[in-house]
Amino acid sequence: MSVLVFIDQHDGHIKKSSFEAASYAFKIAQQLGTQAEGILIGKTNDDPASLGKYGLKKVYVASDDKYSQFDDGVYTGIIAEAVAQSGANVIVFSNNFNGKAIAPRLSVRLKAGLVTGAVALPDTSNGFVVKKSVFSGKAFANVSVKTDTRVITLNGNAYGVNETEGSAEVVSISPSIAESKVRVKEVNVLKGEVPLSEAEIVVSGGRGLKGPENWNLVTDLAAALGAATACSRPVSDSGWRPHHEHVGQTGLAIAPNLYIAIGISGAIQHLAGVNRSKVIVVINKDPEAPFFKAADYGIVGDAFEVVPKITEAVKKLKG
Amino acid sequence: MKILVCISKTPDTTAKIAFTDNNTKFSEEGVQHIINPYDEWYALVRAVELKEKDASTIIHLINVGDPSNDAIIRKALAIGGDEAIRVNTTAGDDYYVASQIAEIAKEGQYDLILTGKETIDYNGASVGGMIAEFLQMPFISFATKFDLEGTTATVTREIEGGAEVNEVSLPVVVSCQQGVAEQRIPNMRGIMGARTKPLKVVEPKDVATLTEIQSFDLPAPKQGVKLFAPEQAEDLVKALRDEAKVI
Repeated sequence: MSVLVFIDQHDGHIKKSSFEAASYAFKIAQQLGTQAEGILIGKTNDDPASLGKYGLKKVYVASDDKYSQFDDGVYTGIIAEAVAQSGANVIVFSNNFNGKAIAPRLSVRLKAGLVTGAVALPDTSNGFVVKKSVFSGKAFANVSVKTDTRVITLNGNAYGVNETEGSAEVVSISPSIAESKVRVKEVNVLKGEVPLSEAEIVVSGGRGLKGPENWNLVTDLAAALGAATACSRPVSDSGWRPHHEHVGQTGLAIAPNLYIAIGISGAIQHLAGVNRSKVIVVINKDPEAPFFKAADYGIVGDAFEVVPKITEAVKKLKG
Repeated sequence: MKILVCISKTPDTTAKIAFTDNNTKFSEEGVQHIINPYDEWYALVRAVELKEKDASTIIHLINVGDPSNDAIIRKALAIGGDEAIRVNTTAGDDYYVASQIAEIAKEGQYDLILTGKETIDYNGASVGGMIAEFLQMPFISFATKFDLEGTTATVTREIEGGAEVNEVSLPVVVSCQQGVAEQRIPNMRGIMGARTKPLKVVEPKDVATLTEIQSFDLPAPKQGVKLFAPEQAEDLVKALRDEAKVI
C-alpha cells in the first residue's frame, strides 16, 4: 500500500502544482498509515530527491529521453508500472492538462474509481469519499469511490504546498512500453513566465478597457505585483489578447490567491472560470456590475483613473 | 470516413444550482437543458465541417441517457449528423458512460471519436480518455485546432502556458474546446431534416459504476464586498496586504 503522485513538468522543471499534489499525497498517506511516493517521467533539470521536502519517501524516475514528449498512452503505461512497483492504491495527479489527459486512461487500465477536480482531503472515516468541484465551481459533490484503488486529480491551489525537510530516495525505472502513437511536432511554451494556471496573483482585463492599446494598465499592475495577466472572453474574441489568456467557462478555469478584475462585468460564464479564487478584487465604473456580488473587495470607479493609483500604491508598499 | 460525436445533456449555463432530497439530488425545477456546449460548439460543428469538405463522411451522434434526452439529440441532429444512437439508461459515472460509448464505438469502427473537453455540470473531463483506453486508441485532449489530411490528423492541444502540435494517424479520440470550431445556429432546413433522421435506441450493457455521488454542498456565501472610494486605492492595497494577506 502507498500513495503515488505523478510529478509533472513545465519546460524541464517540476511544476508548482506537483509540489502541491505531493503535499496532498503525503497527507493522504499519513491518513492511511502508509507512505507517499512519486513518479517523474522524462528529462528534468531539477533534483527528484528534493521532492522529499514535500513528504515523498521515494521517487521513481523514467528519465529516458524518448519519454520527454508527452503521450498520455505512454505515460499511463509508465505510471501503471510504477503503481505495480510501489503497490499504490491511491494515485494523485494535478487537475491540469496532463493530469486530466492521463488520469481517465489510468482509471480504466486499473479499473480504479476516478475523482477529478478534488478540493479537499478524502474522508476515510467510512469508505473513501472525495469532495470535488462541480457545476464549474458553483457547487461541490462528495463522491464515494467504491474500488480499492483510486485515482484523484487535485484542483490547483485547493490544498496548498507544505514544505519541510527531507530527501527522497530516487529509483530509476526503465519500463517496457509500446511505441507512442502520437508524434509531437511542436511545443510552444512561454519561456520564463509563470503559466496562468500556476500563478498566485492574476490581473485580468475586460471590455471596459476599451482597446488593446490600454493594456498597459493591466500589465503595469501585474508587473508591480509579480502577477500573470488574463482577460475575459470578448477581449480574446476581439483579438485584443491571445486566446490562452482567456479565463471563464469556455476558457481556462483558475484559482489564484488573488484575482483582480478590471472592467469586467462578471457574467456568470466568466465567474465560472474564476470563482475558486481565494480573494477577488473588482474595479468597475458600474456599481450594478454583477461581479461585485462575487467580490471580496472593490472600487466603483473609472479604471483609467483608479488602476494607475493602485499600481503606484503597490510599488510604494512593496518598495 | 466515420465520425462518432459524443453528446451530453447539461443544465443551461445560467441555470440556478440547487439541490433537493437532503442535498443528494440536483434540483431540476425550472432548469432548461442544453447540449453540453463543448460537445455542440466544438466537437459536433468540427465534424460537420469535415463532412462539408468530404461528403462521403458519415457522422453518428451518441448519447447515454433516458428518453428525456431525445429533445437535445434532435437539436444536435439539426446542426448536423446522419443519425443518432441513444443508450437507454440513466448515466452513471464517467466510467459507466465511457464503457457504454466504447461498446457502441467498437461495433461502429469509427475513424474519429470527438467529445467536448468536459461537461459543464460534473466537470469530469474524463469520458474521452476513458473511451480511448477502452478501445486502445490514441487520445488527444483539450484540442484547440483539428485538421485532417487523408488519415493523418494534426491536432493542437493546450498545455500549461502554451500549446503542443501533435500528429497522429486515425483512428483517434479527441476532446475539443474553444478554437476547434465556431458555434452554429441550426437553420430551418436542419431543424426540419432532424425530425426524420434515425434515432436508434439501444439497451445498455451491464457495467458497474466505480464511484457514486453521495451528496452535494454549495460554497459558503461571500461575506459581501468591501468597497473603497477611487481615492482610497492605497487603502485597498493595504487591506490586501494586511487583512487578506494575499500580496
